[in-house]
Parts: sequence; C-alpha cells; structure tokens
Amino acid sequence: MGYFVQQLINGLTLGAIYGLIAIGYTMVYGIIGMINFAHGEIYMIGAFVALITFLVLGMWGVTYVPVALLIVLLSAMIFTAAYGWTVERVAYRPLRHSFRLAPLISAIGMSIFLQNYVQLLQGARVKALPPVVQGGFTLLQDSGFTVHVSYLQIFIVLLTTALMAGFTIVIGATPLGRAQRACEQDMTMAALLGINVDRTISATFVMGAALAAVAGVMVTLYYGVIDFFIGFLAGVKAFTAAVLGGIGSLPGAMLGGLLIGLIEAMWSAYFSVEYKDVSVFVILVLVLIFRPTGLLGRPDVEKV
Amino acid sequence: MSDPAAARLLEVEHLTMRFGGLVAVDDLSFTARQREITAIIGPNGAGKTTVFNCLTGFYRPSVGRLALHRPEGEFLLERMDGFRIARHAGMARTFQNVRLFAGMTVLENLIVAQHNRLMRASLYTVGGLVGLPAYRRAEAAAVAKAKDWLDRVGLTERADHPAGSLPYGAQRRLEIARAMCTDPALLCLDEPAAGLNAHESAELNALLRDIRDDHGIGILLIEHDMGVVMAISDQIVVLDYGRKIASGTPASVRNDPVVIKAYLGAEEDEALPPEIARDLGGRA
Amino acid sequence: MALAALPPPRRLDGGHLIKDAALAALVALVLAIPLVGFQAVEVNAALTIRTRFDWMAIGVAAVFAGRLLLRVAQALRPVRTGEARARWLPTVDRRRSALLAWLGIAVAIALPFLPFSSRYVVDLATLTAIYVMLGWGLNVVVGLAGLLDLGYVAFYAVGAYSFALFAQWFHLSFWECLPIAGLLAASFGIALGFPVLRLRGDYLAIVTLGFGEIVRIILLNWVPVTNGPAGIGDIPRPSFFGLPFAARAPPGTTSFHDFFHLSFNPDHRVIFLYYAILALALAINLFTLRLRKLPIGRAWEALREDEVACRALGINPTTVKLSAFAIGAMIGGLAGPFFAAKQAFISPESFSFMESAMILAIVVLGGMGSQLGIVLAAVVLVGLQELRGFAEFRMLIFGAAMVGIMVWRPRGLLARREPSLRLHGERGSAA
Repeated sequence: MGYFVQQLINGLTLGAIYGLIAIGYTMVYGIIGMINFAHGEIYMIGAFVALITFLVLGMWGVTYVPVALLIVLLSAMIFTAAYGWTVERVAYRPLRHSFRLAPLISAIGMSIFLQNYVQLLQGARVKALPPVVQGGFTLLQDSGFTVHVSYLQIFIVLLTTALMAGFTIVIGATPLGRAQRACEQDMTMAALLGINVDRTISATFVMGAALAAVAGVMVTLYYGVIDFFIGFLAGVKAFTAAVLGGIGSLPGAMLGGLLIGLIEAMWSAYFSVEYKDVSVFVILVLVLIFRPTGLLGRPDVEKV
Repeated sequence: MSDPAAARLLEVEHLTMRFGGLVAVDDLSFTARQREITAIIGPNGAGKTTVFNCLTGFYRPSVGRLALHRPEGEFLLERMDGFRIARHAGMARTFQNVRLFAGMTVLENLIVAQHNRLMRASLYTVGGLVGLPAYRRAEAAAVAKAKDWLDRVGLTERADHPAGSLPYGAQRRLEIARAMCTDPALLCLDEPAAGLNAHESAELNALLRDIRDDHGIGILLIEHDMGVVMAISDQIVVLDYGRKIASGTPASVRNDPVVIKAYLGAEEDEALPPEIARDLGGRA
Repeated sequence: MALAALPPPRRLDGGHLIKDAALAALVALVLAIPLVGFQAVEVNAALTIRTRFDWMAIGVAAVFAGRLLLRVAQALRPVRTGEARARWLPTVDRRRSALLAWLGIAVAIALPFLPFSSRYVVDLATLTAIYVMLGWGLNVVVGLAGLLDLGYVAFYAVGAYSFALFAQWFHLSFWECLPIAGLLAASFGIALGFPVLRLRGDYLAIVTLGFGEIVRIILLNWVPVTNGPAGIGDIPRPSFFGLPFAARAPPGTTSFHDFFHLSFNPDHRVIFLYYAILALALAINLFTLRLRKLPIGRAWEALREDEVACRALGINPTTVKLSAFAIGAMIGGLAGPFFAAKQAFISPESFSFMESAMILAIVVLGGMGSQLGIVLAAVVLVGLQELRGFAEFRMLIFGAAMVGIMVWRPRGLLARREPSLRLHGERGSAA
C-alpha cells in the first residue's frame, strides 16, 4: 500500500511536468491545426537555460533558494519564450498557406536543428546539477515502507496548479484569450473582425514555450541531470498526453499529462522499467487509432 | 420535361440528416429519373449539399432509404462506403470547391478516373509490370476515352498542363469530364455553374444536355444559377430549411408562391408583394 | 500568366533596412545569451560556467549582416512573374536529367576502378547506395503517396535483423535471406498500414514515429532474441553465387579468387557488395519508375493530391495506402541485409528515430518524387559525414536545410514533376 502511494505521488509529480508541456502542444494545435514537433526541444532549451542560470547565480553568490528559484523561473521563461517566438516566425509562419505536410516537415527540421544546436554549444555529455531544493517529510509509514514526499514535489504540484488556474483565467477572461478562442474557431473571420491573427498566434507559441520552460526548470531540479536529447522523449510523451486528454482542450492536456505520468510511474514500478517508454508509445498509437478525439475533445466532422 | 414513364434511377425516401440537435435534412423524398436532369435548389443553408453528401457516402444518413436502380440490381446508398458508391453503384460527383488533382496533368486526371478498370486490366499491377498486351490495350483505350472527353470540353490543347494551372471555368469542365470518365449511371454536380459567366454557363447547359441525351444517364445537380436551372432541368426539387417545399417542372416551380416566399424570406402568412402578385396574374 | 509587370520602386530605404536588421540582431542576442554566451562545462567532475561573449558577439553580428543582406537582395531583385519566375529556378528538364542519370550510373559502375578509388571510397559508396535505396523507398510513401512516415527505419531494421538472425539460426546465406527480408518488411508495412489508414497527415506521422520507436525499444530489450544493445555480430558476407570471398575456402567449396585465378585481395568482397547493392538499387529504381506509370502509381499521386476526390472516383484509399506502405517497406527491408553484411555487425543504435529523420531529410531535400534529387541528397549526406570539418555540423545543416526547403522551395531542389503519360508527346508544356 505504501509503495502504491509513493508511486502515486511520483506519478503525479511527473504528470504535472508532462501536463505543462502538453498545454503547449494542445494550444498550438487548437489554433493552427499543426503539431509543433519542435516543442519538445523548446522544453529541453528551458531545462538548459535553467541549469545555466543556476550555475551563473551560484557563480555570483546568489544562493538563497527562493530568490534563486524565482530568478531561474523568470530567466527560463523569458529566454525560452524568445526561442518559441523565433521558431514560429522562422519555420511556421511562412508556411501557413503551404501544402498540408509542409509545416510538419519544417517542424521536424527545426527539432533536429535545435537538438544539434544545443548539442554543439553545450556539449553532448549529460549535465548534472547538485540538488537545489532538498528535504521533505514522511507522509506515512506502512509495513516497513516509508512514503516520502519531498518539498520539491509539493512545489512542483503547487506551481503547476497555480499556473493552470492562471492560464484558464487568461484564456477565459482576457482579450488575448478571447482572440485565441476566436482564431481557433475561424481564423479568417477573426481577422476580418480586426483581431491581429499573427500576433495572437505568436502569443500562443510564447505562452506554450513559457510553460514548457517551467517544466524544464522542474525537470532540472527534480532529476538533476539533463542532456540535449531529453526533448524528444518528453515531447512524444507530452504529445501523447495532449492527444489522450483531447487535443485542443486545455483541461484535457492537464488530465492527459496526469494520466501519462501515473501510467509511467505505475508501469515502471510494477512491470518493467525498460519497457516504460513502450507503454506510452502504445497508448499513443491506441488513442490515435481508436479515439483520436481523446477523452475531453470534440469530434470534428469532415466538411466536403 | 419529366417523363413519368422514364425509368426511376434514384429513389430517395424519407431522408433525414441530424447533426446533434440540428436537423439539416428533414424527411426528404424525391425521385430522379433516367435521361433526366433533376435540380435541387433552395436558399442558402437549405441542406442541399448535405443531401449530396448523404447520397455520395460522405455522411451516413440518420434516417432514409436511398435506392439507386441499376440493371444489375438495386444499391442502397445509405449502407455503402463512399468509394464503393462510385465504384459499384455508378454514381459520380463533382464538388462545390473544385477538387482536381492539381499537381497532375489534365490528362492524368482523366486517366485516374478510370483507375478501377485499368487496375483489373493490369492484373493488379503484376500484368502491367510485365508489359501484358491486354493492359497496353486497356491503357490506350483509356487515353482514347480521355481524349474524347477533352475534345468535348475543349481542353485537348492543354492535356499535358498541370490541372491546377487551368482557369476556373476550365477546371469545372475538367471536373465534369473526369466524373464522366468513370462511366456513371448518375452524375451529381454540386453548383457546376458557380463562378461562370453567361457564355460559360451557356456552354455548360449545352454540355449537360448532351450528356443527358447522348449517354442516357441521369443528372442530379445543385445550383443557384436560376438561368441554368430553368433552362435545362426536367425536374426541380426545392428545399428550404431541410424540407422539400415544392417539386415539379421548371414552369410550375417558377411560379409557386411558396417557393418565391422562401427565396424572398417573407413570413408564412404574409401576402406576396403586389408587384409579384401582379406578375403572376393571380395564378395561385 | 506572363504579364509583364513593372517592378516595384526599389526599397533601398537605408534606415528601414538597418532597423529591420537591428531588430533581428536583437532577437539573436536574446537567443544567444543563455546558450551561446554561457557554457556549462565539467571541470574536475563539477559543473561550472564558462563565458563565450566573443562567440555571442560574432553570432549577433552575423545575424545582423545576414538579415541586412537578405533584405537588400530582396529589394534589388526584380519582381519575377509567372514564367520568368519559373525559369529562374534551375529546371532540369527531361533530357538533361536523363543525361545526368546515365552519367551518374557510368561513374557509379566504374567507381572501384577509378584512380582515386580505394577500399574506403568503395565502402563509402556502398553506404551512399544504401541511403539512396532507403530514400527511394521512403519516396514511394512520402513523395508519391503523400503519407508522412516517421518510422521508416523500422522496416530497415526488420530487414537487417531478419538476415542476421536467420543466418544465425538457420544458416541461410545472404542471397537466401534477402528476399525473405523484403517480404517480412513488406508484411510489417501492411501490418503498420492497417491501423493508420484513417489517420490524417499529422497523426499518421506521429503514429508511425511511435511504431518506429516501439520496434527499436523491443530490439534493445528483447535480449534473448536480439541480444539487446550488444547487437549481433559475425554476420556472414554474401558470396559470389556460391563462391565465398575467403582467403582459404571452407572444405568442399572453391573461393572466389581461386576460381577466377586471381590473387586473394580482401577488397574483392567489398567491391562485390558494392556492385550487388548498386544493381539492386538500379533495379528498384526501374521498378518504381515503372510503377509510377501504372494505375497504382497514379493512384498514389492522386491520393496525395486529394483523398476525397479519390473516393469520389471509386478508388479505395485503403488499398492504395496499404500498397504504398508495403512497397516502401519492402524496399527498406531489402536495404537492411546490405547494411548488416557491410558491417558484419548490427545493433539497435543504428535504427533510431534520427535515422528515420535522416532518410526523410534525403527525400525532402532531394525533392519529393524526384529520383535524381534523392541521389544527390544522399551523396551530400554521406559526404558531409566524412568531411572532417563538417561531420559535427551535418545534422544541424540538414535540419536547417529542411526548414529552408519548405519555406523557399517546397517542391525540393530539383523537382519538377514529370507527368506519367502525355497526350501530345515531348513538347514544352506548362504555359
């Protein structure tokens, strides 16, 4: 029982991280109908920026943890958002009216480019950061197994919840959110009504990138090791989460993220660690084949 | 003029299409006959394209029996997959927004339309690979048929041009020619006159009449251009809000006050504007 | 339409251009600060920061200059309309491309005997030929049928592993395994194709990526069968129709060099493998060119153009897609054994998503649908790997090139679609 609860906690933490990345996928898909294949790399860049910011702060003697965390979060969000913005401008905007596969191929090229870009600039080796947020407490003891909750895990879940809430408010109640929803429904009409579609789309990418950056910060703290390749796997898993929850749906992305996190944690705990990635891929394939609209998505009818 | 003695080709009975709470087509029944041009008209949003999509397998009707009568038997369209309707039942269609294979040439578009026959002749590719004479003959016949249609729609000169490079009117004609290359029993045209000028519309009328007379098939068309509709239709079915409000010959439909009200948007029980009532000369 | 349009007034407004370039440089600065300006390096097993502000400055300056040049070039270039624009793109017309093709084939055949040739060169050429074949195979799926398959490497892996395993278990020779590999891969292609049939472009891509990864992970972890990350070694080399290429032939057989009264040369084997794959690649090429002119090939292209219209013409999209998958997979599966034989060793490492991405890059850069373009792209890919200075930058360049091609020349570098049949014969066609 204790073991199960521990996996639950681990899974939730992992799920929160996936959920943050998944939101980026789902928002972009909702507004321009394409899979931002390079989003995983954006998350990876966020992790690297976080790592480097930590190191720089350490060098400058800023060691008070809450301040450092705040600065790292801001730094990661700002720089990663810049990357997200640039990727959209360079690789996707020119292709908005091109043939169906063009943005996807461009996205794949961008993904390859960014991976190698970071690899060349920062080296191919794994980077390890000494633990920053330490400590935790024991939740319960059960037949010899101690269920431990770390402060970091609590921080991750709380921050994610806060961001989700904030996000929902932005989408629901601000002009930007309204513009976004309008563009999702009918971009031409939105443009005719005076909405700056380009800027709305850019804002979507920027927001998605910022959230992915937060996920990157968390991963750097939580696992302590990053390398240039983490974007690929996390990206596919987060995309699976977005699809599972219902692509285009924000609560769906979060729900999907949690589910994927839990499934991955449970699978590696109770079945096999080597095949844990396979479990996620299999889910992806099954969902796309049998229920492409996911759990919370709406089916769309093909218009002829 | 609709000839009651002509063979019934397509029988639509109680066709209803619901999208969630929205009823797009409501209990529609009509018959399209062999050697006749049947037009479906109605104000925007009346459900005309929905009817087409139900007939051609793009939507599964909520309720209804759609029977296509062929010599080999009766095909129930509501139960068939989209491509099977074209392949086995012999129904071809064109689209509101022209759907050509833009990157392929004009000629290739027409050859692709004869795909099924050519596949059989090539023994599902195997025969084609070894250069079977039967396949070569079939391909030559296909090209000949395509050339024939190109001549009829005036596109022979541009046979090797990419289909996407054609001007709009030519694209529409090509789409009709392509549909005809499938040797259909019923040709369904979705707004074939949209975007055509008067001259092109007249050419279209001639083409459709020739198709009807020479090939003896039935033609079903959705159209907004009343000039075309009135000129060539043998039968007209009028839809409004998904329901059939009138049907009959062009003459009877033209003067039907119910139809006129639907287009003008008058209230149910409002009297016709005096000018129009005068035009009708009191004919109810 | 070739209207003679007046070029717009030249926008050499210096201030505007400078501002534009400055903004671009500013963005580049923001991007460069964290990752270029700083580097996380390991010093004595601990991570520290190294600053690289000089690189940052160079990078930003380069972006500034590049953007400025781009804008100036755009402003100076006269507006090309219609056919003027078409003529500016280097069109490789049919005659020229046929000539290039024959020249290429001649060079390829003569390669092992050319003066600069060596075992290393032939080895490289073999690798190139393998990539060319993979590119042609993926071209059937992506270029002709328009189905974006991101897991193509799975079929390559099936081919390679099936040869390695059957050789090990059943002591089958290379030539016996080759057709089996192709058939097995084709079956995988159909098996993969079935579930993905109804999926739209984006989703299809991701599902195929998922399948590719599933195959790789299984290869990595199913140790009793595939030997896991250690891979499979001692893979037998192909023989010359029964004559092995050994210095000393096993009892009961004559070795190749003895049969032809040559002195033993370890290069014989390498050269033979090269010719074998060259021959197969050319055969596959002829096969696909022929298919393109048959109904099935046209159906692939029609499916790519507009699936809805295909259905309306009575074409069954399911069988068309499956046939594309199967043929593409078969070609990939046939390439696998050559890779295995060349290295005499395979491991799951060689069959990652990056490999699929590279093959896709070859197809995209070569021009989806263009056989010749794919050859050129494969040569560049393999060549860059070997060029000392460029090896590390290879994938970076390829990634950027993929984005660039999509933005500027979506039809690829050389592609101008050749119709599968003409009514009027070889005249200048498009208006």
